[in-house]
Amino acid sequence: MSIKNFFATSWGIIGVGVLIGIFAPLLQKFGNPGNMGVCVACFQRDIAGALGLHRAEVVQYMRPEIIGFVVGALIAAYIFREFRPRAGSAPIVRFILGIFAMIGALVFLGCPWRTLLRLAGGDGNAIFGVLGLITGVFVGTRFLKAGYDLGRSQPTHTTAGWILPLIMLGFLLLMFIYPKIPGENKSGILFYSIKGPGSMHAPLFISLAVGIVIGFIAQRSRFCTMGALRDLILFRQTHLFLGIAGLVISAFVTNLILGQFNPGFVNQPIAHTMSLWNFMGMVLAGLAFTLAGGCPGRQLFLAGEGDGDAAVFVLGMITGAAFSHNFGLASSPQGIGPHGITAVIVGLAVCLFIGFTMRKKAI
Amino acid sequence: MSIVDARGLSCPQPVMMLLDEMAKLDKGTIEILVDTDTSKENCLRAAKTMKWQLKEVRPEGTGYRIIITKD
Repeated sequence: MSIKNFFATSWGIIGVGVLIGIFAPLLQKFGNPGNMGVCVACFQRDIAGALGLHRAEVVQYMRPEIIGFVVGALIAAYIFREFRPRAGSAPIVRFILGIFAMIGALVFLGCPWRTLLRLAGGDGNAIFGVLGLITGVFVGTRFLKAGYDLGRSQPTHTTAGWILPLIMLGFLLLMFIYPKIPGENKSGILFYSIKGPGSMHAPLFISLAVGIVIGFIAQRSRFCTMGALRDLILFRQTHLFLGIAGLVISAFVTNLILGQFNPGFVNQPIAHTMSLWNFMGMVLAGLAFTLAGGCPGRQLFLAGEGDGDAAVFVLGMITGAAFSHNFGLASSPQGIGPHGITAVIVGLAVCLFIGFTMRKKAI
Repeated sequence: MSIVDARGLSCPQPVMMLLDEMAKLDKGTIEILVDTDTSKENCLRAAKTMKWQLKEVRPEGTGYRIIITKD
């Protein structure tokens, strides 16, 4: 059996989930914030901060994991001849979905990956996040069943497929040109948090290496946290679900071994206890991810294999992070932001509008 | 024989279209056109679950043509 086939098998996807579940708590051990060994939403938010798109001083760092995800997927796609530059499936809609997916995730304080990692770290508030995610994905599947459709993408120039990977490599280059200066919140054009979660990170090369490995194996296995729930609800199909089950169990065990498992609801790292909004934030994020066809990690891996529409979604998420912090939409450990509730309601209205109005034409 | 053209469509639409077609036909031959390996794998998995036999997968254009049958 070739390696190519192995990753698409049940054991393949379980193995990928288990590896991610080991890597994430290890990254936390190496310096990443609590229950945030890997969080696609939080890390894209930190990247928005590093670029100065928002000025929340505690969440500014050019996260090499995100860069690694795209680059790892790109490498895998080239090695296995799966790099297929394509674009043109309602990019503006995907951009908007990316914005609101991020807004929802930052009301909860985590993407689906971090939701699972928070659960595996003992954060009880994540239960409401998981329930919200399931609800959001469920609503999304109703739209899919009713013929929701973003239209077809078209093959395009190789250059178009390379744009997001090149942006990521550009970000990495910026990190080398303007490295972190201890005690300084700015280096050249890049912002670096000196306190808060943005100041907590594993060494650059460890983060980058882990990111590349995860990007590689996730591209091969099609690992997707949202897809796991969607396929279970829509088809009763457990394939992708095995991946997230592997992740939660291995992250739980790794946390136990590393002494990072702290069960409870209060004083959990980078989390708040407003259960309703933990739930609602993830309803919005789950719905937006479902309408866009993938969790935030999957969107990065797709962008790495040449999907220009997924790349637009990624840029939407980074833009959404900037909105979240500039307009007081994002939560903090103290609770939701001053305009977080309004943003969730607006986001849900926008997602429902998109879901109801974008239906398949007769094929 | 029927043809499911899922080229350019993202997850989970290719599988949904194939499942619809398999339910509609019950038996016979279905040709599926996809343009990513992910869609190919997902369709093969769905076909296997529904007990359709794989006849052929061949590269075509930038993607694949998959032929499945059920007696």
